[in-house]
Amino acid sequence: MFAEVLPLLSKALGETIYMVVVSMAIASAIGVPLGVLLHTTAKGQILENVVINQAVGSVVNAVRSIPFIILMVAIIPLTRFIVGSAIGTTAAIVPLVIASIPFIGRQVETSLKEVPSGLVEAALAMGATPLQIISRVLLPEAMPGIVSQLTTVIIALVGESAMAGAIGGGGLGDLAIRYGYQRFRPEVMLATVVVLIVLVQAVQFVGNTLAKKLDKR
Amino acid sequence: MIKLCGIEKTYDSPSGKVHALRGIDLEIARGEIYGIIGLSGAGKSTLVRCINMLERPTAGKVIVDGQDMTTLTESQLREARKSIGMIFQHFNLLSSATVYDNIAFPLKLSGTSAADIKKKVEPLLELVGLSDKVNQYPSQLSGGQKQRVGIARALANDPKVLLCDEATSALDPQTTKSILDLIKVINRNLSLTVVVITHEMQVIKELCDKVAVISDGVIAERGSVLDVFTNPQHRITKEFISVLLSNDLPAAFRGNEISQDRTPDSFLLIRLIFLGDRADDPVLAKMVRNCEGLECTMLFGNLDEIHGVPFGRFIVGLSGEDEVIQSALTFLGGEDVRVEVIGYVRRSPAATK
Repeated sequence: MFAEVLPLLSKALGETIYMVVVSMAIASAIGVPLGVLLHTTAKGQILENVVINQAVGSVVNAVRSIPFIILMVAIIPLTRFIVGSAIGTTAAIVPLVIASIPFIGRQVETSLKEVPSGLVEAALAMGATPLQIISRVLLPEAMPGIVSQLTTVIIALVGESAMAGAIGGGGLGDLAIRYGYQRFRPEVMLATVVVLIVLVQAVQFVGNTLAKKLDKR
Repeated sequence: MIKLCGIEKTYDSPSGKVHALRGIDLEIARGEIYGIIGLSGAGKSTLVRCINMLERPTAGKVIVDGQDMTTLTESQLREARKSIGMIFQHFNLLSSATVYDNIAFPLKLSGTSAADIKKKVEPLLELVGLSDKVNQYPSQLSGGQKQRVGIARALANDPKVLLCDEATSALDPQTTKSILDLIKVINRNLSLTVVVITHEMQVIKELCDKVAVISDGVIAERGSVLDVFTNPQHRITKEFISVLLSNDLPAAFRGNEISQDRTPDSFLLIRLIFLGDRADDPVLAKMVRNCEGLECTMLFGNLDEIHGVPFGRFIVGLSGEDEVIQSALTFLGGEDVRVEVIGYVRRSPAATK
């Protein structure tokens, strides 16, 4: 039994990791700058701009308020436009990225808010440009927090990728539904759950360790 | 070096406009250590931030080293700020950077090469006495050490001006003393102009050449520290000084009725202030010798020093015949001493035992 399930499990795990890693990479590349924008354009910050801040903030809130399962279905035309298909592991990445960008944006914003304003003031007094303040003060100082927050995002992505699997995206969620549930194979279900638990624990452990290593406070 | 003309700063708050500064004129000469003292909310932090434009004044001119800061563009302002160092109450060091990297920070902003940074940072580490802490992070340092890093960082760009915003307010008295000594050394060796913001008169007394007392957004009083200490005019100044120099009567007299007319068994209390080289003249001994029948009791005495100038404050109680007391006052009037007559006060019975 075990020998039969193992290849299925490892294939599904590979798909899940693929979806999570690629989505995370793309979503971070957009979400981190978005978080910086949200923070720095807020009132009293270095690039204060109430109009941009509120406009971006509203879009972020709007996307965040859509449940993932609905978002996934609602953007099928977009997914098809980008990937060429709405089914499959790669297709699942599109909704995962779109759901994660505003999530990362808010998480990064929260971490940046915790950087004491005195540090920004000190950098301004030394003649730093806004870009230097972002790259040399805000991001390095907020890095332990950002790493912790991104760990949370990765774990959320693992869960969402399982949901994406349910509509043909592959991965551990797909395995659990098709074999474990629909074919009445409780041992497959159990094995999937165990793998998910181990995966999430591992992500959390790595995230915590990294955040702690970065934190010099 | 620094000239402030008609500085006003108004904030909008939900409860209407707040006037933080209401017309400040101040001139600070090159190489001077200028103290600005005030209670919290008096506007002193806003004022110091107007010097490097962290706060843009609503009206008025800020001239630093001949340059009008209020007319500069953003990029000119960034350049100008590089010649104005600043240290803070809470140090504001990067927690994610080592001591070395914190001091190197302003140099990195200007794109200085690693080799030049090293040449600059090492002597600074030596100057502030932290050569053995190069690779430590701020969280591993004591408050005083953190402020030393702050000072070294502020000096990295060879500034002409150093702004100190409550730089010792978070430190204990011994550490405060060592930081003040360091600022003095820097002021002397680098002929740096230093502006000190504080709410502690002790800091003004130990460190500054001149002082401005700020209250409700205006300068209530200003002058050399010696003048302001020995002859304060404004109520707020007197309050600041009274923290250091108690104006209370000695315990045996405190709370008793003070009368301008002579009452039986009472002493005429007078406060004497000696200043400068004459502070150690034997004035009291001469007075007793000159006025026969005069009893003179020393009730309080304190000999201090401000910038090397001796400064003595005494309270003595005189008793004796009316005319003897009058002649004693006349005698003191002719001496180089400031006399303030408090009045006739009786000694509390409990304290006579």
